[in-house]
Amino acid sequence: MRELNYANAIKEATDFCLQEDKSVLLIGLGVPDPKGIFGTTSGLQDKHGSDRVMDMPLAENGMTGIIIGASLNGFRPILIHQRVEFALLSIEQIVNQGAKWFYMNAGQQNVPIVIRMVIGRGWGQGAQHSQSLESWFAHIPGLKVVMPSNAFDAKGLLISSIEDNNPVIFIEHRWLHNTIDYVPSDGYRVPIGKAKIVREGNDVTIISHSYMVLESIRCAEVLASEGISVEVVDLRTIRPLDTETILSSVSKTLRVVVADNGWVQFGVSAEIVSVITEAMFDKLLSAPVRIGMNNSPNPSTRALANNFYPRADNIAKIISEMMKKNLDIKVLFPKSDIPQDIPDPSFNGPF
Amino acid sequence: MNSTSQELYFSMLRIRMVEEKIAELYPEQEMRCPVHLSIGQEAVAVGVCEHLDREDIVMSAHRAHAHYLAKGGNLKSMIAELYGKETGCAMGKGGSMHLVDINSGFFAAVPIVGSTIPIAVGVAWAFKLKKSSNIVTVFLGDGATEEGVFFESLDFASLKNVPILFVCENNLYSVYSQLDVRQTPGRKISALAESHGIKSFTGDGNNIDQVSELTNEAVKYIKSNNAPVFIELDTFRWLEHCGPNNDDYLGYRKKSELDQWIKRDPIETYKSRMIEEKKITMNEIIQNIEVISNEIDEAFKFAKDSPFPDQSVLNEHIYKD
Repeated sequence: MRELNYANAIKEATDFCLQEDKSVLLIGLGVPDPKGIFGTTSGLQDKHGSDRVMDMPLAENGMTGIIIGASLNGFRPILIHQRVEFALLSIEQIVNQGAKWFYMNAGQQNVPIVIRMVIGRGWGQGAQHSQSLESWFAHIPGLKVVMPSNAFDAKGLLISSIEDNNPVIFIEHRWLHNTIDYVPSDGYRVPIGKAKIVREGNDVTIISHSYMVLESIRCAEVLASEGISVEVVDLRTIRPLDTETILSSVSKTLRVVVADNGWVQFGVSAEIVSVITEAMFDKLLSAPVRIGMNNSPNPSTRALANNFYPRADNIAKIISEMMKKNLDIKVLFPKSDIPQDIPDPSFNGPF
Repeated sequence: MNSTSQELYFSMLRIRMVEEKIAELYPEQEMRCPVHLSIGQEAVAVGVCEHLDREDIVMSAHRAHAHYLAKGGNLKSMIAELYGKETGCAMGKGGSMHLVDINSGFFAAVPIVGSTIPIAVGVAWAFKLKKSSNIVTVFLGDGATEEGVFFESLDFASLKNVPILFVCENNLYSVYSQLDVRQTPGRKISALAESHGIKSFTGDGNNIDQVSELTNEAVKYIKSNNAPVFIELDTFRWLEHCGPNNDDYLGYRKKSELDQWIKRDPIETYKSRMIEEKKITMNEIIQNIEVISNEIDEAFKFAKDSPFPDQSVLNEHIYKD
């Protein structure tokens, strides 16, 4: 089994597509610099040339329009933002232009672009460097939104995104870049729009995406020792949403917690709970519960991080109540009082 | 290219007559989409587009009828689009503000001011990457030059030597707000492009000979220097910002200002000059007006007779397989 970390899986997918299809372009602030977007683009300019792999002016909206234009004239550009917040400067081009182009001209011209956006948490990054805004993009017909939680999916979904004929928002969590998984060396695809059951169980389903899948699995592992069988669904794609896998899992467990990566109000979890209750309200054994970021902007200090970011122990507490067990969460998660502003002590940035 | 002066005249006149017909029939409320008429500004569209090849690309904004028609966009498809019909250039999904005729090289127009500018730069950059000799022309108004994305686009076009022609139609008003409450008085818009290292020209947008000469020079410059060019052309919109009527009763601009510009009507002044120089006779004009009228009547009949799109069209073209 060949293992690779998430950042290198992204680089390998990009390299594969640049090699296979000469119309693929890679553009972003810092793409050819010594850090190479957390290592996800290192060496690609040397290999594929500065006409195809390049740095850019600090002009997010303009550059988004420019890649849309290039896509109308034969290219498949990838644009990268080192934080999702920088992409907000380009909301006009993404939402008004890219997303609607194919519809507005009744199918005469499509926009095959990928916009990679990095999200993160912790290390005091504060209000403008740690948001998770996938629901903004998922709201818009015409966009696809993918959020892989592991290196295998990151590679396969990025290749699918680059080959897709529509604008794809590819959101990657900084805390996942160092995670290691089985990653084949060939150019395999993971289909857009398919969720995955990453852990099977019978008592309750946790539905999650991106980094929160790891917290969900951690929660499921601990609860298994208490005799609670938890199923974990990794959405992998936010839009189009795989309602079939969601409903099929909840039909089995009849209890659901949605562990959102962002805020719950008007968020991804709000949509998922709606889908479930509309389809099977009368069959559920308990009301669905959502958990996500605290309903405030993110303060920088690590002293407040634990109550801002949701974690495995928070999910476990919800499940304990849902299952009418009186679990002692502090005993089950003894490290939950340690400031949770880093994923683990071995990770020392850059964030 | 190399149109005769008669062709330029009738091309402007045809655009004027199309828009006058839109204005005439708009109160029937069958063209149920916003229309931004370019009556008074026809010389810019015609004088620029005569220097473009069919494979060259044009993009525009909300006031796009003249650009679409000057680039060779299909008249019947345009009128049918205004009527929301299945035979429209975007099957009724776009309306007047989203004209498209890819076969004629008219890629798109959008009403978010300035937003086609970077897209046009991207299309032009792709030509360069493909080593194509084609160029892109983007029409923009004075208001668009206040958008941040305008400056971002100038920077990239200059940085990458993109083969694009920026044509700014400075008609002095953005809706009801005059230029001097929006931009520093006395500073030409073209100076903004020059400050980005872009070759720039200014001229009288109501004088088609001047528009044509400047564009000829600009296109040659783009092709021989592999670099963008910016042209600022002064002109004036006669009717209201959006809709078929006059709006001077609102008092946002003086009647005398409009009257001055009507005296500089790009079509009438050109006609007088041609008659004086014996390049055209009244008889030829009358004959051609009849031909154009018939074409326009036929286009409106086509649009009115065409069916509306089927309900299934609502959910088509959201994603491409």
